[in-house]
Amino acid sequence: MKTEIYDYPDLKGKFGRYGGKYVPEILLPALTELETLYLSMKNDPEFRSELLNLQQTYAGRPTPLTFADRLTRYYGKAKIYLKREDLCHTGAHKINNALGQVLLAKRLGKKRIIAETGAGQHGVAVATVCAKFGLECVVYMGEVDIERQSLNVFRMKLMGAKVVPVTSGSKTLKDATNEAIRDWVTNVTDTHYIIGSVVGPHPYPMIVRNFQAVIGYETKKQIQAVENRLPDYLVACVGGGSNAMGLFYAFIDSKNVKMIGVEAAGYGIDTDKHCASLTLGTAGIFQGMMTYLLQDSDGQVSEVHSISAGLDYPGVGPEHSYLKDTNRAAYFSVTDDEALEATKLLAKQEGILPALESAHAAAYLNYLMPATTPDEIVIVNVSGRGDKDLGTITKHIQL
Amino acid sequence: MSHIQKAIETINNKKEKVLSVFVTAGFPARNNFVDLAFGLLDAGADMLEIGIPFSDPLADGQVIQQSSQAAIESGVATRDVLSYIHSIKKHTGKPIIAMGYANPILHYGVSNFFNDAAIAGADGVIVPDIPIEEYDDFFNCNKQGLDVILLATSASGSSRVKMIDKKSSGFVYCVSVLGITGARGMFTDVEVDAIRATRARITNNKMLVGFGISTPENIKQVAPHCDGVIVGSAIIKSLMNERESCSYENTFKLVRALKTRCRI
Repeated sequence: MKTEIYDYPDLKGKFGRYGGKYVPEILLPALTELETLYLSMKNDPEFRSELLNLQQTYAGRPTPLTFADRLTRYYGKAKIYLKREDLCHTGAHKINNALGQVLLAKRLGKKRIIAETGAGQHGVAVATVCAKFGLECVVYMGEVDIERQSLNVFRMKLMGAKVVPVTSGSKTLKDATNEAIRDWVTNVTDTHYIIGSVVGPHPYPMIVRNFQAVIGYETKKQIQAVENRLPDYLVACVGGGSNAMGLFYAFIDSKNVKMIGVEAAGYGIDTDKHCASLTLGTAGIFQGMMTYLLQDSDGQVSEVHSISAGLDYPGVGPEHSYLKDTNRAAYFSVTDDEALEATKLLAKQEGILPALESAHAAAYLNYLMPATTPDEIVIVNVSGRGDKDLGTITKHIQL
Repeated sequence: MSHIQKAIETINNKKEKVLSVFVTAGFPARNNFVDLAFGLLDAGADMLEIGIPFSDPLADGQVIQQSSQAAIESGVATRDVLSYIHSIKKHTGKPIIAMGYANPILHYGVSNFFNDAAIAGADGVIVPDIPIEEYDDFFNCNKQGLDVILLATSASGSSRVKMIDKKSSGFVYCVSVLGITGARGMFTDVEVDAIRATRARITNNKMLVGFGISTPENIKQVAPHCDGVIVGSAIIKSLMNERESCSYENTFKLVRALKTRCRI
């Protein structure tokens, strides 16, 4: 039998028609420099051992794979396991990428680090690694997100980062990303931009995916150890899509493993207040990449909504666009209310408070579980913990 | 030789530098935008770049961002930009260039865009987020004789500038500084040297310098090292100040002063 090995992006940085380098000329030399360095470091034993050491002694890896026995009984169908990225240092999977990229920045000789952040989890992760490595750190964050994620703003500042409020556009993740790119355009010679998701121009979607792929490689080993087989379903939330790509990538050639990405439907996909880019978007060019995008009939990027700041983004990583078109992964969406319900459910059944982002993945179990059987295995990525969301949650949940 | 090349050549032969003015389509007002364009040409602009507004203009500073947002809010779409160009070209022989980010053009249909832009009389197209790496895939259509003008920067390095020079037609747009559009005072010696170095690498095309050119003094700095200059944010900022009165006299005065400096 012929086995096809998944080998994307291609040499032009594309996943089929998606991805690419749609950025102003000024950034091309820096992108090439980053790509060249990354490719030379990828398999460098010294780089790998430095990263592994940091993952184990600083970030808290490997993270556990928890059997969710009460949640499994609650649905009475397939076995549910939870990949516990919420237990990472700083509270989410974002640290995986931040650590990898800060090591790249060090080798590039860049002394200043910039980042964008939505929920603040990536901003906190970057502020953390900058503190650890003694680098200057500037984080761009939309004014709306600064309001709803104030604890994370404080955390970043505590670690010495400068948090710059972004007041343009919808004042959320998209606009913070624009501002970070503009900063990079201006300061490209001494600054490294740590993008927080599998988005932006090549080589970022590839680099971020590969640093996040540790999630899936660990999961594969852990599920083999307890079940002696691969799972039937992987479920992860998708905003930009880094925790999902991180979980999926190790399984991409195992065609029997079904991969499900869950987008934020906000108030519902029949309203204009959602961010279900893969479900309702069309191909567009945005922030350096060709990808599914929520846009109007003139190609203006839409203002989107999600209760979860980390998913509040009109685009999505180009690799997800490719996986959707090739049907290798399937994408669905759940509403703000469904995510809040799933937060309660996970808290009560398993004693785990998920981030509102991750709660979207858990909420999809309501749709998935009835179609499963007791001999099947479902793995949900709990990409982050919900402490940062308590402000939002207390506004919506009455106890 | 294209119309844009010929126009630059003719002006340079008079010992003048070209003054290209960037304006955001439909800004500050839709109803008198075409008159504004004629006013700018009369005041001394040798060509116009008409900006197609986009919600997420990565290479632009706050001034152009704001004008772009205002234009979108007033309903300016890509087809409106082409219709402005059509109206302007009816009464001028000067080159008119459509400048816009990739997504609105992609959405319009790249091939349709070139067809309709050619019918409207546009002479060239600038798409700042299509670097040479994406050129062949994006412009994979009949360009209907329009020039596609590419950007080069001091960060590009010798071999990239040569590739850009080879692919660009009309002229090469030299980005003066590391950064986004917008006024920023005088250029440093390092920046002026970088512009000089970029020009030395460009052999096929004329070179116009843009980004950060807001005053006659800026033009004096770069004029010896280029064939013309592009002024955008300074014009838009001036238009913003005159938005209420709808008389653009101060803007025209600025254009006259800029062009005067191009003649020395």
